[in-house]
Amino acid sequence: MVARKKEPIWIARDFSRCSGCRRCEIACSFFHEGKIWPEASRIRVFMLLPGIEVPHFCVQCEDYPCVEACPVKALSISDETGAVLVNSESCTGCGNCIKACPGAVPHIHPEKRVILICDLCGGDPKCVKVCREGGWNALTIVTRRDDSYKLYARTPEDITRDLAAKLYGREARELI
Amino acid sequence: MKGYAGKLLEIDLSTGNIKETKVDEAILKDYIGGRGLATKILWDRLGANWDNIDPLGPENLLLFLTGPLTGFFPGGRICVSGKSPQNNGVIGSTVAGEFGIELKCAGYDGLIISGQAERPVYILIKDSEVEIKRADHIWGLDGKRTVATLTKECRKIMEENYPRKGLWKEPAILYIGPAGENLVRIAVVAAKWTHAAGYGGYGAVMGSKRLKAIAVKGTGPLPEVANIDEVMKLTEEVCKHAFENELWRRWGTGTGGYKFGAKTSSEPIRNWQEEWHDEKRYGVDKFENRFWVKSYWGDFGCPTTCLKISVIRDGKFKGAITDNPDYELQAYLGTNLGIFSPEANVYLSALIDDLGLCGIQTGNVMGFAAELFQRGILKAEDLDGIELNWGDVEAFANLAKKIAHKEGIGRILADGTYRAALEIGRRKGVNVLPYAVQVKGVGVGAHGIRSRLDYVDIYGYACSVQCGDHTSVAQMPLDHPGSELMTILLDSGVCCSFNTFELPKIDLLFDFYSAVTGVKLTRSQWIRGGGLKILHLQRAMLLLGGPDVKWKPDIDDDNPPRFYEPLVSGPCKGRIIEREDVRKEKKRYYEAVGWDERGIPKREVLTALGLDDVDKALEKIRKEND
Repeated sequence: MVARKKEPIWIARDFSRCSGCRRCEIACSFFHEGKIWPEASRIRVFMLLPGIEVPHFCVQCEDYPCVEACPVKALSISDETGAVLVNSESCTGCGNCIKACPGAVPHIHPEKRVILICDLCGGDPKCVKVCREGGWNALTIVTRRDDSYKLYARTPEDITRDLAAKLYGREARELI
Repeated sequence: MKGYAGKLLEIDLSTGNIKETKVDEAILKDYIGGRGLATKILWDRLGANWDNIDPLGPENLLLFLTGPLTGFFPGGRICVSGKSPQNNGVIGSTVAGEFGIELKCAGYDGLIISGQAERPVYILIKDSEVEIKRADHIWGLDGKRTVATLTKECRKIMEENYPRKGLWKEPAILYIGPAGENLVRIAVVAAKWTHAAGYGGYGAVMGSKRLKAIAVKGTGPLPEVANIDEVMKLTEEVCKHAFENELWRRWGTGTGGYKFGAKTSSEPIRNWQEEWHDEKRYGVDKFENRFWVKSYWGDFGCPTTCLKISVIRDGKFKGAITDNPDYELQAYLGTNLGIFSPEANVYLSALIDDLGLCGIQTGNVMGFAAELFQRGILKAEDLDGIELNWGDVEAFANLAKKIAHKEGIGRILADGTYRAALEIGRRKGVNVLPYAVQVKGVGVGAHGIRSRLDYVDIYGYACSVQCGDHTSVAQMPLDHPGSELMTILLDSGVCCSFNTFELPKIDLLFDFYSAVTGVKLTRSQWIRGGGLKILHLQRAMLLLGGPDVKWKPDIDDDNPPRFYEPLVSGPCKGRIIEREDVRKEKKRYYEAVGWDERGIPKREVLTALGLDDVDKALEKIRKEND
């Protein structure tokens, strides 16, 4: 039997199922930083209106504009997972990748001059694990196919506006 | 000690002075944080003059304290405290949300707010940067608009003043609604539109300081713990247990609105004239199927996510948004007002959120007023023309607005059931205290004791140091998970009790504390040491009381008179509590915790606990009660 390369994954997100428990932030920061550190989490749950929680993290756009925008080639694409990998040695924290991202997803580490971008935990994302074990399933793993994932790279404000209309009614949008 | 940020932030709103203080480790070992530490700080700073301090005057302190468990033990909360304008003692009033986590990530274990601002202000904390900002533009706004405005405004300020690369997430916000601004004694300190530190009336204290809100963003990690692997392992255990607890996860406490009426006869109905109903139209299925747009909603780290978000999309209550409602509000803004319509209950709950009122206390005082109307003691002309008939949602909505804005009859009811009863009694020349379902200034939570199928201890409210607070009742034996000493640990470690319910290992909380702090603590140490100290101190300050009201234990350590009337309906019809039984149980409880036969902490117990100064202060109380 010929060994087949593992299929790349994508984290599907159903924002209206997010409970706002932020256990994804805990799991992510603990895995990457060894501490509970919400602001150093690669996934951050925005709550611009109570009850409208938006887990905000990299969608791995098909054309990777952030990687393109990096002036020092600190960003690369993982062959195995398709995740954006940050070379923390060469990253200068210039922030060009944030501007290039249609959802302004990346953010600078609160203490180090280095950008934070979801690396899919090497193919076994901890955020999905805690979200699924709790049965919320706001985050689930699907096989990455040739699809339009970039549509999901949007700012928390944009996503909140849509969700507010869906959950609370159009009138609630004026509060954002 | 590990698990703490290591300092408190003090803000004097009279002078604008801001400073950081440290707390001695020895104090932290005994008083932990939250409710315990608040009691200690209040005693040390205000104790000498306690009975003269007006809770709504500038000399009161308003405390927002986390504990070592905050952010670690699943389910984030913060404890709000100060001298309570309800019972003139200290109440540890906790509220869920991310405020405590953000605060610890900003480097602070808590806030001590003193003085009184000249004009409305709010406080913005970004790590060690603290700004006192004008709040004239948000003063008067309801809860939803306050949060919406401040979320936008604070993110903009952070973007401008603290530029970073990447988006600023929103800060966590605690705030008051119009009720707090108007010094309504049943006003809450609120979070996230629907969360409230209800018991205690600290919304009014915040309003007296002209402090509309506090917003905090911390960018650091949570403090280091002693044994992170152990903390993570215990967290797994708590979560695993929570995941299996389908009742709490799926419905929160929302099954109660039907269940505590139909099955346990312990739900307040029409100001506790009954405690039984079998109204299936008020079942949790109706709430779930009609209104829930989010079935699992929670706060930082919570595996249970017992909250649900309800929205009414059409009809006359269109636009109402609130959580659940949970059992307490299904009862107090429903059955206690003779309302058995889920729509009306969601609407009233959302209104109460927006006004910044406490759903329990407001439902209690409105039920009280409605019974006086039923009995003809209060007439429509006393109620600004409102015909306060049971079940009339518009009438109760109008009354709630009057309370929040202190208009007309609302001015009297805004002081809560006990003080309103004194005032109405004075004006009408009738003793209306028999209809006031409260204990020492605090309306009792929505769990009756007459059927003994729900809350089983008949002295629980009477002997609680937080009085009518259903989350902190007295119970024996003292090492029982439901005893007030154990509640004190939860409120002092500051984490959610819902994630500790029925844990297979009841000492897990102590193991958790030890793993976080590195200090070994066992259940028996706690109930003989720190826990008991806090209980005695809270008791002493409650008895010192003042300035407008003082409590006499032989009169006031008691159930509301209504609880001595037999239940009039349902399968428990005729059940009654005997005063003599309560007296006996009270004595037993006094003895167990170390209070004398008058209910005053004993000298030898206080001395053994190292509370000699408390003993000295109680001398005058002993004389008064001789």
